[in-house]
Amino acid sequence: MCLFQFQSVMNYFPEEVLEHVFDFLTSHRDRNAVSLVCKSWCSVEQFSREKVFIGNCYAVNPERLIARFPRLRSLTLKGKPHFADFNLVPDGWGGHVYPWIEAMAKSGINLEELRLKRMVVSDESLELLAKSFPNFKSLVLVSCEGFTTDGLAAIASNCSCSAMLFVIQVFSCLYTQVVPLLVRGYCFSVVDDSIFHDRFLRELDLQENEVDDRKGQWLKCFPESCTSLVSLNFACLKGEVNVAALERLVARCPNLRSLRLNHTVPLEVLQKILVRAPQLSDLGTGSFTHDPDSETYIKLTNAMKNCHSIRSLSGFLDVNGRCLPAIYPICTNLTSLNLSYAPGIFSNELIKLICHCKKIERLWILDTIGDKGLGVVANTCKELQELRVFPSDLYGVGNTAVTEEGLVAISAGCPKLNSILYFCQQMTNAALITVAKNCPNFIRFRLCTLNPIVPDAATNQPLDEGFGAIVQSCKRLTRLSVSGLLTDQVFLYIGMYAEQLEMLSIAFAGDSDKGMLCVLNGCKKLKKLEIRDSPFGNMALLSDMGKYETMRSLWMSSCEVTLGGCKTLAEKMPRLNVEIINEAGEGDGEATYDNRHRVEKMYLYRTLVGPRKDAPDFVWTL
Amino acid sequence: MLSHLNLEATELRLGLPGSIDDVPSNNKRPSPEDHQTPPAPKAQIVGWPPVKSYRKSTAAAKNEEAESGMYVKVSMDGAPYLRKIDIRLYNGYSHLLTALEDMFKLSIGEYSEREGYKGSEYAPAYEDKDGDLMLVGDVPWEMFMSSCKRLRIMRGADARGLASAQ
Repeated sequence: MCLFQFQSVMNYFPEEVLEHVFDFLTSHRDRNAVSLVCKSWCSVEQFSREKVFIGNCYAVNPERLIARFPRLRSLTLKGKPHFADFNLVPDGWGGHVYPWIEAMAKSGINLEELRLKRMVVSDESLELLAKSFPNFKSLVLVSCEGFTTDGLAAIASNCSCSAMLFVIQVFSCLYTQVVPLLVRGYCFSVVDDSIFHDRFLRELDLQENEVDDRKGQWLKCFPESCTSLVSLNFACLKGEVNVAALERLVARCPNLRSLRLNHTVPLEVLQKILVRAPQLSDLGTGSFTHDPDSETYIKLTNAMKNCHSIRSLSGFLDVNGRCLPAIYPICTNLTSLNLSYAPGIFSNELIKLICHCKKIERLWILDTIGDKGLGVVANTCKELQELRVFPSDLYGVGNTAVTEEGLVAISAGCPKLNSILYFCQQMTNAALITVAKNCPNFIRFRLCTLNPIVPDAATNQPLDEGFGAIVQSCKRLTRLSVSGLLTDQVFLYIGMYAEQLEMLSIAFAGDSDKGMLCVLNGCKKLKKLEIRDSPFGNMALLSDMGKYETMRSLWMSSCEVTLGGCKTLAEKMPRLNVEIINEAGEGDGEATYDNRHRVEKMYLYRTLVGPRKDAPDFVWTL
Repeated sequence: MLSHLNLEATELRLGLPGSIDDVPSNNKRPSPEDHQTPPAPKAQIVGWPPVKSYRKSTAAAKNEEAESGMYVKVSMDGAPYLRKIDIRLYNGYSHLLTALEDMFKLSIGEYSEREGYKGSEYAPAYEDKDGDLMLVGDVPWEMFMSSCKRLRIMRGADARGLASAQ
C-alpha cells in the first residue's frame, strides 16, 4: 500500500481511535511531529494533548496556548536565558508567570500541574493559582524568584474551599447510597478516602529558588484534612518552619515519598520524621549535627536502618562529619547522592562515605573530594552515570580544586558515565583525549576551568585538540560547555563532528568570526547557543539568518556584534525578537547609540507573537 | 595583566557610551605563546566561574558563619568580670592554655588523661553544646572548637573534683 492510500485509510479511523493511539505518545517531540502530519491529525492531537512544554515563555503567548490546547492539564514554562543564572541578566528583565495563570484561570483550563524554571513568580501569582484550579496537584519551581513564604501559605491552604464544595457535590449524587448508610449509623468516613486525596496538593517542590522568607507559618497552612502529599521540598528556604506542624503533616501523609528539609530542621526532628515515614524514597536532611554519643543520635541511626526505600539523599548544609556513619546503611542502596551543598564534610569523611555507595548512578559533590577522592569514586561507583563536581572555594584562591587526573580516573573506572559537569583547576589535551576514548557515550559534557583561558597545563597549548577528541568520539553528545584557552580550531571540530549537539556554551574562546560560522553551519540540531566574551561579530551573526528560526535562542554578550548588525538582523527576520539589554546607567535611549557601537548584551529568540509588551526600559527590542 | 580580557566592558560606569574608549581592539584573544602563567581572575570577572547565584549565596552564607570567629566567654572563679576570646586564634590546647594563663595571671598545670590537671589549684573547664561541664583537653581539638560554648577556669575544691581521676 503506498503512502497516500495508507494515509486515507488512517483518516477513516474515528477520531477516538486516533486519540487513543496518541495517548501512547508521551514525549512532546513525538506529539509535535504527529501534529505536522495532516490537519486532522493536528486537530485530534491538539484537543487531546494534556501536557505542554514551552521552552521559552516569550515564543508564544497564553492566548495561543489555550486556543490550541484547551484540554491542557500540565504546563512547563521556562523564562530567563540560562546565563541569567550567572548574574548576566539584570533584575526586572522579565519572565513573569502571572499572565499565564490569569489567562488559564479565565479560560477555565483544568490545570493540575505547573512546572516553572527561571521565572518570576509573585505571591499574587501563587494566590491566584491556589484559588483558580480545583484539581491542582503539583507545583515545581526551579531557580525562580519573586515570591515569599506568604505565597507558599496560599498554596498549602489551597484546597480547603474547593474541598467543601466537592463534599456537597459528592453527597448530592451519592444520596441514594449514603442515606441508607447514615441510617445504619455510619458517618462521612464511609465515603472512599481516595476521592478526597485527589483533591489535594500532591507535590510542592522548590529547587534552588531565592525565596523571601517571612518566617511565617506556611507549613501550618496545610489543612488537617490534607493527607495526599507525595513530595515536599523546601530545602531552599532560609527560615525556620514550625516543626510540630511538619511532624504532623508527615504523620498524616502515608503516600509521602520525597521529603527535603531545610537546614533549620534539627536532627531530633529528622529522627522523629523518619520513624513516621520509613517509606520515603528521597530524603533531604536538615541540620545534621549532633553529639554522636547522644541518645537522639542512636535513635536516628536505628530509624535510618528502618528506611529501606531511600534511593536519593541530599542536604547536609549543616553537618558534623562524626554523625555521618548513621547514613551508611542507606548508602548501600543509594542511586542518587547530592553533597554539593555540604562544605562541612571533609575529604576523608567524604571518601569513607563514598566507599559505601556502590550503586550510585548520580553523584553531585564539591571539589574538596580531590583527585584522590575521585579515584575512590572510580573504583567504587561502577554504576555511575552522572557526575557533577562543583567548586568549593569561590572567593579565594584555594588549593582544594580537582585537576585532569580526577577526570581521567573517573572516565577509566565508570563505564556507564554519560553526563558530566566538572569545575577544575587545570586540564590537558592528553587527559581529554583519554577521557574521549574511555567514554564515547557522553550525552552532556560540561567542563569549566576556574581560570577561563588556562592553556594545557602540560604543553601550554590551547585545549582545541582535547575538546575535538570529545566531539569526535561522543557521537550522541547533545550538550557541550567548553573552557580554557581555545582558538577557532575547536569550533572547526565542533562544527564537523557534533552532529547531535543541541546546546553549546562558549566563554572567552575563539579568534575570529570563523569560529562561530563553523558552529552555525555545522551543528544542524543546534537549539541553544550562548556566547560570552568572544570575538564573534556581525559577519558571523548575519551569515545565516534563517538558522535562528530553527533554534530556540542565541545569547551573545561582550562579543563584537554591533548595534547596526543587530538592527539588520531584526529587520530581515520579523519572526525573531532581537533584544538588546543595557545595563542600568548606560546611555539614555536610542539617540546616544550609533550603529557602530558594540552591543554589550544581545538575546534573540524565535517567536510567534512579536515583540513582548512587558519589556522593561533597559531592554530594547529592535 | 588582565586587559586582554576586556574587563572594562563588564564594569558599571557613569557616563555616556563612547566617551571612554570602549571599542576594543581586534586582538582580544592572546596568542598561545603569550601565556606564561595563568592569572587568577576569579574575583574579577562577572559570572565566572559559572555557578548559580543561589549556590554562590548559600556558600557565602556558610563562609560568613565560618569567618565570624568563635568568641566564647571565659570566666574565672572569683574574678570580678569575664573575658572573651576567639578560640579560632589558637592552634591547639597548649596554645590556648598558655594564653589563658597569661590573661588571668595564673598557672594551670600539666594535663593527663588519667589525672586531669596536676600541679595547680586551677582546672580549665568548658560548657559544651549539651550544657554539660567538661574538662578541657579530653577530646580532639577540632571537636572541642565546635562544641565549646564557654570556658570556665575553676579553682579550689570544685577544681579538684574535676581534675582528679574518676
